[in-house]
Amino acid sequence: MAALSHADVAHVAHLARLGLGDDELTRLEGQLNHILEQYRVLAELDTEAIAPTAQTIELENILRDDLPGPCLPVDEALAGAPERAGDHVVVPPIIAGLDE
Amino acid sequence: MTSAAATPMSARYETVIGIEIHVQLKTASKMFCRCPTDIEGAPPNSRTCPICLGLPGTLPVANRRAVELVLETGMALEAEIVPVTRWDRKNYFYPDLPKGYQISQYELPLTRNGRLAFETSEGPVTVGIRRAHLEEDTARLVHAADPGGRRVSLVDFNRSGMPLMEIVTEPDLRTPEQARRYAEELRLLLRAIGASDAEMEQGQMRVEANVSIRPVGEAAFGTRAEVKNMNSFRSVERAIAYEVERQERVLDAGEPLVQETRGWDDDRGVTYTMRIKEGSDDYRYFPEPDLPPLRADPAWLEEIRGRLPELPAARRGRYTAGLGLSPYDARVIVADAGATALFEETLAAAGGLGLAGVTPKLVANWVSGEYLRLAKQATGEEVELAESAGAAARVRPEELARLIGLVADGSLSGTSAKQVFERHFTAGEPVEAIVTDLGLTQISDRDALAAAVEDVIAANAAAVADYRAGRQQALGFLVGQVMRATRGRANAALVAELLRGGLDDGGTTG
Repeated sequence: MAALSHADVAHVAHLARLGLGDDELTRLEGQLNHILEQYRVLAELDTEAIAPTAQTIELENILRDDLPGPCLPVDEALAGAPERAGDHVVVPPIIAGLDE
Repeated sequence: MTSAAATPMSARYETVIGIEIHVQLKTASKMFCRCPTDIEGAPPNSRTCPICLGLPGTLPVANRRAVELVLETGMALEAEIVPVTRWDRKNYFYPDLPKGYQISQYELPLTRNGRLAFETSEGPVTVGIRRAHLEEDTARLVHAADPGGRRVSLVDFNRSGMPLMEIVTEPDLRTPEQARRYAEELRLLLRAIGASDAEMEQGQMRVEANVSIRPVGEAAFGTRAEVKNMNSFRSVERAIAYEVERQERVLDAGEPLVQETRGWDDDRGVTYTMRIKEGSDDYRYFPEPDLPPLRADPAWLEEIRGRLPELPAARRGRYTAGLGLSPYDARVIVADAGATALFEETLAAAGGLGLAGVTPKLVANWVSGEYLRLAKQATGEEVELAESAGAAARVRPEELARLIGLVADGSLSGTSAKQVFERHFTAGEPVEAIVTDLGLTQISDRDALAAAVEDVIAANAAAVADYRAGRQQALGFLVGQVMRATRGRANAALVAELLRGGLDDGGTTG
């Protein structure tokens, strides 16, 4: 497990849209590498016989029936919007055509 | 002109196309919450709840029906169903994504490694299906200017959390036409299953094409462009054809291609740069902790498999091999939901009415010919893949069966029948009433026709002489004269027989 570089930390911070100063990046670089160190210790365990999982609770197939329910009134749905025009939420302009 | 330009472009480069299609699944409620899916025409932000608005403290629960529709689609595409699957978070920031991530499937799509066969003008083609997975749709953005002229984007969260299936092909397609036919066939299949209405104009089916070219014989892929904003099947074919030509021009000029996302401008008939891809996108996918994994229980899968309807390819096969239809008729009828229903129901009605003369072939001729012609006039749809379901309601199957029966037993001429059908299509009256009203019943009675035949022989001495001199064409002229005298109602075959009888006997003139 290679250690994180200063540039790696800056990249992750950018992806998360965190505006961090150089001091903060340096501090986090140390903390994140410390966490990775602990994983290096965990990686020493023999896990050959254990299936990989992404879950910590043993639940499966929790599904619901396709039945519609009530919605929020528009005013309530938009109560937290930074700005409103009619029944739309207003946000800074996004270049036309880029919406996925 | 250089020697390179003299060679047809397609002879020097091979086109490689892979298609990604997103379809909105036909469910009553959204993917992870119970908001209804009737968002078409609904006021903005009127179909939302804390879950699809991405508010803190909410917990998504997956819609069983949406999962089943993807599994059913996978089965129809002969794909492998993954025994255990899970959800992943795709993280990026955009105003259409309230949580800052989209719940999708990354490493373990519900289904993978399928295939779909379809017809093209150059013969049958089979494309590999890499994967079909389930995810949630994003909100809709409208770009506008506020009253002060400031440019803004407006967000409508009604679409946020709608169930979306993404189907990705292998890069197996080689021509713009193949790409179009694949998309058309997939749409037919999805509609047959009931997985989606897949209306492209309403954004229920969004087609994106990864297009690249490489010198013939080269194994490595060229630099690809991802083409978006194609809003009809015709646009898919045109956009890819344009993009291939554009890439050929760039390479021929000795310039490098860049990996980018390009939009299709349907009015100008060109693609344009939307976004240059610098490095690969970094979505930091990780397993969704709020949703437990999904295990495809064999009994559940069997139940879903049991629901699979007859698929378009199987239906076309049954129409040609089983019912004797031409491949053309089978393709045209199966491509249109209204035509398919009318064909099936008319055949059933003919059986119910005991009209043995009304064969599948005759019904197919009427449906693929007159019916679709009138339906397209009425709906103004594109020639191929018309949605004539609305128009089909104008024709009552038992009336069409009766009409075909009248032609088959000689009571009505083909020309008259078209007239009757058009009036039934437009005004909806029963066939018998129209025939009576227009006085169109075919005259097949010998005695009734005898007088008209004699009159024509008497009045056309020159043609009669020609016929007797051995010129057979003269008979056709004489038949035409009798048809004219009876306003097209005479049974033409019988008229010819009567004329021959009268003329060969020496007849009444001379």
